[in-house]
Amino acid sequence: MLEIKNIWKTFNANTVNEKVALRGVSLTLNDGDFVTVIGGNGAGKSTLMNAVAGVYPVDQGSITIDTVDVTKLPEHKRAPYIGRVFQDPMMGTAATMQIEENLALAARRGQTRGLKSGITKAEREEYRELLKILGLGLEDRLTAKVGLLSGGQRQALTLLMATLKKPKLLLLDEHTAALDPNTAAKVLETTETIVQRDHLTTLMITHNMRDAIAHGNRLIMMYEGRIAIDVSGEEKKKLTVESLLGMFSKVSGSTEADDKMLLS
Amino acid sequence: MSGFLSALPGAVSQGLIWGIMAIGVYITYKILDIADLTVDGSFCTGGAVFVMLFSSGVNLWAAMLAALLAGMLAGLVTGLLHTVCGIPAILSGILTQLALYSVNMAIMNFKASVALSITQGDTLNKLLVSLRFVQGSKGGYPLYRHPIFVVGLFTVALIAVLYWFFGRELGSALRATGSNPNMARAQGINTDFCKVLGLMISNGLVALSGALLCQYNGSNEINVGRGAIVIGLAAVIIGEVLLGKVFRNFALKLLSVSIGAILYYIVIQAVLQMKINPNYLKLLSAVVVAMFLTIPNWKSKYFHGQVKGPVKGANVRVEVEIGGDQDA
Repeated sequence: MLEIKNIWKTFNANTVNEKVALRGVSLTLNDGDFVTVIGGNGAGKSTLMNAVAGVYPVDQGSITIDTVDVTKLPEHKRAPYIGRVFQDPMMGTAATMQIEENLALAARRGQTRGLKSGITKAEREEYRELLKILGLGLEDRLTAKVGLLSGGQRQALTLLMATLKKPKLLLLDEHTAALDPNTAAKVLETTETIVQRDHLTTLMITHNMRDAIAHGNRLIMMYEGRIAIDVSGEEKKKLTVESLLGMFSKVSGSTEADDKMLLS
Repeated sequence: MSGFLSALPGAVSQGLIWGIMAIGVYITYKILDIADLTVDGSFCTGGAVFVMLFSSGVNLWAAMLAALLAGMLAGLVTGLLHTVCGIPAILSGILTQLALYSVNMAIMNFKASVALSITQGDTLNKLLVSLRFVQGSKGGYPLYRHPIFVVGLFTVALIAVLYWFFGRELGSALRATGSNPNMARAQGINTDFCKVLGLMISNGLVALSGALLCQYNGSNEINVGRGAIVIGLAAVIIGEVLLGKVFRNFALKLLSVSIGAILYYIVIQAVLQMKINPNYLKLLSAVVVAMFLTIPNWKSKYFHGQVKGPVKGANVRVEVEIGGDQDA
């Protein structure tokens, strides 16, 4: 479903601030894979995700989604294939627009937008039903401006928007990191429900090692712009925080993993 | 006082005409979140294109359509400078505005002022609006030709079209682009295209307003659009401050911009009645707009204990200063 081949990305090339964020990353996701990604600050997790989403071009390598080579496509042309939820709850929704308008925008992801109605009556009913899944009471507030919602509500709404039109690939960039623990758990639970229901191919970055172990069928850990650990199947099911830390120390040749990676 | 009252219909008429320009400013400033300074130039472009075409015998509506298209072209240039060339929006607008001075001069055959031959009753009767229709029945003109009625109707029709458009898929995409470009791109919206389109629609309306003012005044002057952005912002902000709490519907919001422009011109008229040197008007306008832009910021800063995140109007102070420099 997703095939990343040897991608490299350098920021601020040829300056004192030069930072090689991705050093030849290759990764293949099969249809229905749910991969969790962990790694310390600056390991390249977000860069990898942004490179797939097309936020910026890569220096080298190729990215293919469901046989379509998207390497050179701009962000909005990759959108038909990708659903995204960002770390910042403010980023995924339009604050000055209504809940139903946001959903209607998401429902047209990847379509040519012309002079057809921006939202139809039938859609409104559909959205009311879909919002019930979130269990946040948003189904009664269809015409409320999204800016009035809490961070958790906005994040749940963004998740619904990202999956409203079934994406070939769902990208979750630490989408629960800015939420309080209870809300984070709830959003993660909703994520799991939707991913299972729609059998979505998913790439989820998280700062939380337990979450990374508890969710998905495969786990990768990034270190200094490379994939350092890649565990899947039965092996992943047996993972514990301790064994994962042990593996990381071996790979990185240091024991400073704990504090460097901000893991909890 | 009686002088003020007799000047009122003229002030309202002018306010309505400038209100159409202000609706154009609303589209860029409020919907796209761009302060577009192109308007100072494209307003005059509209009048210039109209006066030259109409004088040479072109049909009134065709000349107005040409003015609209010329304005859209100006918006296209600003849009391309911003999106393709990557120049900040505000600077793109300034560049186009500067270039338009020469373009407008060229359109007007390098004359600073071109008049419509309204002394000929025939020409006058063809016009949509004119200062001379303001007197109404007293001047021998029927009431339905009064500028307040004609431009009022024109404004309502325009608002209806805009209301329809911004409820469409494309119009929604434009609003999303202004509200959150990251989200818009993630939903597959080409934000660059939307910005260019918005700038084109906005400047088209601005030029249309310029064509109407040219008819109203019976001539087009090269400096007619100087400070237009400030008048536009004033109308948007006055409308929002006075009616923002009551008018929540999008069509009503556009209407409040038009009302804001009318109020602005009534205030200007009142000031003129006070026998103030008209040369101080621009200073006065700038001060009033600066005040209206400051109040919401200071309110949130000093009366709610904390500054809220980047307010939509927060970067405007800089832009108004730049507009002021242009005037100086």
